[in-house]
Amino acid sequence: MNAAIITFPGSNCDYDCYKAITDVLGRSARFVWHRETGLGETDLVILPGGFSYGDYLRAGAIARFSPIMDAVQRFAADGGIVLGICNGFQVLCEAGMLPGALIRNESLKFLGRTVHVRVENADTAFSNAYETGQVLEMHIAHGDGNYVADEDTLDMLESTGRVVFRYVTGSGLVTAAANPNGSMRSIAGIINEGGNVLGLMPHPERSVEALLGSADGLGVFASLDAHLSGEAVQATAGER
Amino acid sequence: MKEYDIEVRISPRQGLLDPQGKAIHSALHSLEFDEVESVRVGRLLRLKLLADSTEGARAAADDMCRKLLANPVTEDYEIAIGAGA
Repeated sequence: MNAAIITFPGSNCDYDCYKAITDVLGRSARFVWHRETGLGETDLVILPGGFSYGDYLRAGAIARFSPIMDAVQRFAADGGIVLGICNGFQVLCEAGMLPGALIRNESLKFLGRTVHVRVENADTAFSNAYETGQVLEMHIAHGDGNYVADEDTLDMLESTGRVVFRYVTGSGLVTAAANPNGSMRSIAGIINEGGNVLGLMPHPERSVEALLGSADGLGVFASLDAHLSGEAVQATAGER
Repeated sequence: MKEYDIEVRISPRQGLLDPQGKAIHSALHSLEFDEVESVRVGRLLRLKLLADSTEGARAAADDMCRKLLANPVTEDYEIAIGAGA
């Protein structure tokens, strides 16, 4: 794994992602400033959390037009793996790389605490280290995490296994009280049709060691590492 | 080319929950403005732009709304044009 972590003005979880990948997982990562136009050698692009451009206009709306985003879109179109966390999820929705949008939390409050999410689909590049139905504890830190989409889009996401994480109680039940921000169908994370772009509001990079309160998020990075090393075997054997 | 004053009004999609509007609505009720039936909160953008014609100005503003100013998933927009200087 050789991750490219995109830093926008206002990103504030870029170092957390870097530490999770390098210190905890022992893989390589580097930062790519948003003014760059190329990603360099990489097999994973991370759009980290934060408040790119101060969330002006709408969260993620302006970062979407940063110079690096053309390269990110091309990378994803070629099947490259892209992980958007929190503000990164908002950027992916604004860029049309994932359906729907994230609006103000129903409570209007900024929420910084842990929540429980259930793995709804463990058969993805981002979740293969987990089991479907497994309940994880992860941090959230957002004011605009309320996922919305039209009913047809929601039904399509559900029926095609594209809801990957859902807010639940500690015992794994979907309830209104366990949904921190009012997200439709308690959606916490979704994947694109190609299975190579995932956005989620919780912060796996903040939940990678017991010292941080939970190590449950490490599985996202471990999943990607396993997936990418599998890919590497295919690449040497295969078409490219 | 002529300068046009443009107002773009952006509002949350009908039927979509508007948490800010809801909070303001309940604040108005606590001030005993009980006659208020609903509140929706949007944004107003004032642009000055150069265009050949009103139609050209409207088309440009519409393009801006679709690409950046409004999110088609969650917001509706209206464009009002006045001739500038």
